[in-house]
Amino acid sequence: MRHVISVLIENEAGALSRVSGLFSARGYNIESLTVAPTEDASLSRMTIISTGSDDIIEQITKQLNKLIEVVKVVDLSEAAHIERELMLIKVRATGKDREELKRVSDIFRGRIIDVTDSTYVIELTGNTSKLDSFVGAIDSSLILETVRTGVSGIGRGDRILRL
Amino acid sequence: MLLSGAEIVVRCLAEEKVEYVFGYPGGAVLYLYDELFKQDKVRHVLVRHEQAAIHAADAYSRSTDRVGVALVTSGPGVTNAITGIATAHMDSIPMVIISGQVPTAAIGQDAFQECDTVGITRPCVKHNFLVKDAKDIAVTIKKAFFIANTGRPGPVLVDIPKDITIAKAEYEYPKTVSMRSYNPITKGHQGQIKKAVQLLLEAKRPMIYAGGGVILSDSSEKLTKLVRTLGAPCTNTLMGLGAYPATDKQFVGMLGMHGNYEANMAMQYCDVLIAIGARFDDRVIGNPADFARVARKIIHIDIDPSSISKRVKVDVPIVGNLSDVLDDILRLLEASNERPDQEALGEWWKQIDEWRRRDCLKYKQSDEIIKPQFVIEKLWEVTKGDAFVTSDVGQHQMWAAQYYKFDKPRRWLNSGGLGTMGVGIPYGMGVQLAHPGSPVAVVTGEGSVQMNIQELSTCKQYRLPLKICSLNNRYLGMVRQWQEIIHGNRYSESYMDSLPDFAKLAEAYGHVGLRIEKPGDVEGALREAFKRKNDLVFLDFQVDPTENVYPMVMGGKGLTDMLLSSEDL
Repeated sequence: MRHVISVLIENEAGALSRVSGLFSARGYNIESLTVAPTEDASLSRMTIISTGSDDIIEQITKQLNKLIEVVKVVDLSEAAHIERELMLIKVRATGKDREELKRVSDIFRGRIIDVTDSTYVIELTGNTSKLDSFVGAIDSSLILETVRTGVSGIGRGDRILRL
Repeated sequence: MLLSGAEIVVRCLAEEKVEYVFGYPGGAVLYLYDELFKQDKVRHVLVRHEQAAIHAADAYSRSTDRVGVALVTSGPGVTNAITGIATAHMDSIPMVIISGQVPTAAIGQDAFQECDTVGITRPCVKHNFLVKDAKDIAVTIKKAFFIANTGRPGPVLVDIPKDITIAKAEYEYPKTVSMRSYNPITKGHQGQIKKAVQLLLEAKRPMIYAGGGVILSDSSEKLTKLVRTLGAPCTNTLMGLGAYPATDKQFVGMLGMHGNYEANMAMQYCDVLIAIGARFDDRVIGNPADFARVARKIIHIDIDPSSISKRVKVDVPIVGNLSDVLDDILRLLEASNERPDQEALGEWWKQIDEWRRRDCLKYKQSDEIIKPQFVIEKLWEVTKGDAFVTSDVGQHQMWAAQYYKFDKPRRWLNSGGLGTMGVGIPYGMGVQLAHPGSPVAVVTGEGSVQMNIQELSTCKQYRLPLKICSLNNRYLGMVRQWQEIIHGNRYSESYMDSLPDFAKLAEAYGHVGLRIEKPGDVEGALREAFKRKNDLVFLDFQVDPTENVYPMVMGGKGLTDMLLSSEDL
């Protein structure tokens, strides 16, 4: 099963490699990993998307907790939560494709943030499947480049991960 | 007061009451060595290879309840130390390793003797630090000792660039240290403890399975009290030998791949199993699916939550310091009016005694050739079961574990997790320094002993009178055994040709060497060796090269699927 694991970790040099090293050393899956400092600059927050049986996910959270610099670990997918990912996609936009791409982008609530006479860069935010659907909805031969941030997640309502 | 980084390091070590630092100098640690030279609180032991420094510090820790300390230089100093660090890490040994690093400005420049120490050691330490400012040294070293010795213990490395050892900073050693991200649990969950006690009282076939955690947490007495209170059988893992007295009638021997028949059978067929500071590893329970085939309730006490339900599902997990949790369990047992069902317990013991009658450790004695098991039996007799015994890795390690009956904790030192050949002599060094005047035996083989034989020189320098008992069978015995059983007698590269004359080699290092060829000479040689209190004696026992370790559970098999002798093949 797919899990969304949130980690609060000391914002120190090497902390990221402790986490990524743990996953590779123990053969755990990482689908995506995002990390950036929080409002408290001494802490970073990671969102890790991983897949595995319940036993494996239990081990992953326990092993993450064992890392000395990890402050807190939560499996967001255990309850209601929100996931968002940002994608920037550069497409060839010429002739009648220009209008069509604009139209599809609007449907997905994307924003065109860079325009040249032959290209658009579209910014799109959503959960992973929305971004996948957008990529599927446009002619693949028009896609020049994509970049995705990976998923960031947060609990709904009163579920709060902080110190 | 402004002190140099190097002075600060040495003062911190003195503050931590470090008796010995095991190490080897080099370019990046010259200032540290200069400060060591100028004081006499912290004594330095100069090894002949950095691996041995780590092993010796590790053994110092294993045989006491203190943190072992080692000091190595950058680059190859660190890479040589890796095997030692990984060995300590696998067995959860509290250690602090200080490593030199190239100057801060040279880091990342592929400087001479540079390596990414924090990166290379990351997977085999509990934690590591790179100090980038002299003012951070004291607090970092305080944290290192704190982390190493709390929670599930382990090695912690502090990497210090050369310029930081020269730079000056205000020195004050912090009295305490707290980290928001590191708060190890000590007390167990009271509700879970109550459940555990209830299960233990209701058990008809209880079994106590205790591991190295009991020794690390100094809980042997509490374990012994629990075993006696419950009247249950107790087994120890390889790492746990000595946690419960081996000569006691409630002890059913070591369990696992080369464990006792009765221990493995009782593990499999008990109805309530309590695991205490043990982790159900592959060499202990064999195939986990086969282990789970029989229904039983499992209580698991461990300081490390990740050890629980890792390989075996448990019913009552208790995370906490064993010493505290055992206190709680003993208190509840005492307060309870219930007692275990004596009749059921009687039946259980009858069954265990029947298993015991298989006498799984019997072997065929010979008048012609020395049996390795016989050497260990005699070693136990001659030392009255009271020596510190270190071993290397292989057949001799298993025979030492099986035939030397350890009655006290911290007397048996071996590399259980990583299985590192070459630990024997350096372990002996660390133990002998921690316990001057106590008899220390190194049980080894002609293969393992050559992996750190250079340390005979260190032993001479520091007058460490180890009794090295080498069970020389001219083969990498455990490899040969598997090749015989699994690979159709194709002894690929397991024969040790061109062996040195070990007795003469020992003499060349300034020690006493004896070569023993006849079974009748074994006891006399051991007595002679232990009589020489001030000499290191290398006993080169020429043992039966065809002898195998039994019982044996083959890889992937269930715990009760045991070969008891070569006739079972």
